[in-house]
Amino acid sequence: MNREKVVFAFFIVLALTLNVGFVVGDVDNPGHHEVVELFLAIVVSLICTVLKFGDRSHLGALMLATSLVADLQLIAAASIWGYHAQISAAGVTGDAMASIVSFAAGALVANVISVVLLVIETVLVRR
Amino acid sequence: MNTLLYIMLRRLRLPLIVLILVYAVSILGLVIIPGQDDQGQPWRMGFFHAFYFVSFMGSTIGFGEIPYPFTDAQRMWTLVCIYSTVVAWLYAIGSTLAIIQDAGFQRLIRTRRFAQQVRTLEESFYLVCGYGTTGREVVMGLERRGVRSVVIDIRQERLDQLGLEEFALPAFSLCADASLPDNLALAGLSKPNCLGVLALTDQDNVNLAIAIASKLVLPKRMVISRSENVITSANLASFGTDLIIDPFQQFAEYFGLAVHRPHQHLVVDWLLNPQHRPLSSIYKHSHGRWILCGFGRFGKALYDALKSEATEITLIEPDASRVNSGMDHVNGVGTEAVTLDAARVNEAVGIIAGTANDADNLSIIMTARQMNPKLITVVRQNHAANELMFANSKSDFVMQPGHTVATKILGHIRTPLLQLFLQQLQTQDEVWAHTLMNRISQSVGDERLDSRSFKICTDQTPALIDAIESGAKLTLRTLMKRPYDRKAALDCFPLMLKRDEEITLTPGELHELQSGDELLFCGRTNDLNDQLWILENQQTLNYVLTGVDDNPNPLLRWIRNLKV
Repeated sequence: MNREKVVFAFFIVLALTLNVGFVVGDVDNPGHHEVVELFLAIVVSLICTVLKFGDRSHLGALMLATSLVADLQLIAAASIWGYHAQISAAGVTGDAMASIVSFAAGALVANVISVVLLVIETVLVRR
Repeated sequence: MNTLLYIMLRRLRLPLIVLILVYAVSILGLVIIPGQDDQGQPWRMGFFHAFYFVSFMGSTIGFGEIPYPFTDAQRMWTLVCIYSTVVAWLYAIGSTLAIIQDAGFQRLIRTRRFAQQVRTLEESFYLVCGYGTTGREVVMGLERRGVRSVVIDIRQERLDQLGLEEFALPAFSLCADASLPDNLALAGLSKPNCLGVLALTDQDNVNLAIAIASKLVLPKRMVISRSENVITSANLASFGTDLIIDPFQQFAEYFGLAVHRPHQHLVVDWLLNPQHRPLSSIYKHSHGRWILCGFGRFGKALYDALKSEATEITLIEPDASRVNSGMDHVNGVGTEAVTLDAARVNEAVGIIAGTANDADNLSIIMTARQMNPKLITVVRQNHAANELMFANSKSDFVMQPGHTVATKILGHIRTPLLQLFLQQLQTQDEVWAHTLMNRISQSVGDERLDSRSFKICTDQTPALIDAIESGAKLTLRTLMKRPYDRKAALDCFPLMLKRDEEITLTPGELHELQSGDELLFCGRTNDLNDQLWILENQQTLNYVLTGVDDNPNPLLRWIRNLKV
C-alpha cells in the first residue's frame, strides 16, 4: 500500500463528497446549503490542486486541469455568496442561492471527472 | 512542457499545503468562536470577515480587531493564528528561495536560456566545443570577423571567463559534456545555420564523439577536430573530418619551417597570425646544432621536424628510456649548468626548452643564455596564465601550441583558398618566398596583413559579373584601384587565382578576369574593405574603369567633389 496514493485519493474523493453535500437540496433554498461545507470544499479543492502539481504525465495534466476548474467554480460561488451576504442590500435571497449552487454544481462535474480519471489511472496500473 | 515550472511546483507542494491548511483552520476557528458586537450581543464572525481578518493578520500588517472588538476567546485564537501563519509563510518563502538558489535548478535555468538563445539564433554561427587556450582564441578571432560562436565546455570556470569578455557579439555558452549528443543538439548541432563544428577539447575521445555526431547529422558541414594521437587522427579522417590538427605536430612543422625556410615561415605567419612577427626576426644563423630539452610527445614531434632537414640535435631528458639509442643524449632536466655544459651549450646555435613545466622552461633558457649569450632561445609556454612571464623572458620564440592551432583553424575558416595557397607555397623555393615577403612588406609595412577570397559570380561580385557580361575587359589591375581615386592603388595584391583546376600564384596585373574565377587577395584590412565597393557597386566599378563619375544624384556628386 502506497501512503502517498492514499492521501491523494482521500483528498480527491473528499473534494467530491463535500461538493455533493453542499449542492444537494433545493437549488433556491438557503436553508438547504451550509456555508461551512462550501468553505471546506474550497479548502480541500485547493489542496487537491497542489497535490496534482508537478505530474508531467498526460493524465496528470488532465487532473490538474479539472482541479483548477473546480477551484475556479467554487471560488466564484463563494464570491457571489460574499457579495450577497455583505454588500448587497437584499441579503442572500433564493435567487442568489440558486446562482451560488449552480456554480458549485459546475464544480461538482469537474470533481466527478477528477475521480473518474483517478479510477482510470488506478485501472491502468495493473498491480 | 515547462520543466522548470513543474520542478518548482513539485517541490513547493508541501509548503503550499501547509499554508492552505493553516489558513483554513484559522478562518474556521474565527467563524466558530462566539464573539460580541458593539452592543454586547452575541455575534459570530462570517467567512467573509474571517478571511479578511486572517489575510491581513497573516501578512502581519494588522488593521486591528474588526468589525467589533474581539472577546478574550477570539484573542486567544488570534494569537495561535498569528504565529502559525507567520511560520507557514516563512516556510513557504524559505522553500521557494531555496529552490531558486539550488545549484541544479540554476543549471536548469541556464540550460533553458541557452537552448532558447540558440533556437532563436538566425545568423550563422560556429559551434565551439572546449574553451581552453585554443577555443578562446578561435572564439575571439571569429568575433573579430563578426561571426558568432556557441561554446560548450565541461568546466564552468572557463565559461565564467567567457562571460567576462567584452564581445560585441556575445558568445552563447553551456556548461555540459560535449560528448553527449543531447547537449550538442541543444547547442544547435542540427541547425542549418551552424557553419561548422570545432572539436577543441583536450580529450581525443570527446573530439571524436563530437565529430561523428556532426557528420551523422549534416555530412556536408565542416568539422574541425583536434587530435593528439595518430589512431584518433586516422579515425577522424575515415569519416571525412575536414581538418584534423595535432597540436604538437602542427607546432613542430611550424617551427621546423622557421628554422629551415625562414621566409616561407614568415609568409605563413603573416597570413595566419594577427600578431605576426617582424621581418627582422628571421634567423640568420640557424644552421648548426640545436639542444632540445624534454623528449615527450612534443619533443619527439619537434625532433622529427628539425632532424629531417640535416640539423644536428642534442637531447636533454631525465627519463633515458624515452630516448632511442643512437641519439645524442644527456641525462637531466636542463635547468642546471652542469647538464647544459655536458650538452656543449657553448657550441650550439639554439636551445629549445620544451618540457611540460613552465618554470623549468624559463629556468633552462635563463641559465643557457648566461652560458652562451648568442644562443637562439625557444621556450614552450604550457599555460596561458603565464603570459606575462614569457613576454618578459626575452626569448626569441615563445611556443604556444594552443595559439598555433587557433591560427590554423581561423585561417581555414576564413577562406579555403588560403589553405590551398599555403599548400602551394610549400612547393615553392625560399627565393620565391623571399620575393613575396618583400612585396607583402611593401604593401602593408608592419601593419596587420589581412586576406580575403571571392569568386566572380552573381552572389559575391554582382558589379563585375554585369561588366563581364556586357563585354568589358576586366583585368586584375581594375580591382586594385582606390574606389574614390582611381589614380592611386589599393594596398593589396592578388596572391592566387584559381580558374577551374588551374592555379596561378601571384597573377600579374594584366591578367584578364573571367566569370567563375576564384581570387585570393591580401593586403590592409581597410583596403580590402574598400575593394568590396568595386566588386559590388556598379557605379564605383564604372568610375574605376572609365574615370567618369556618373552618380545620378547631384548632391552626392557635390559632396564627393568637396571631399576630394
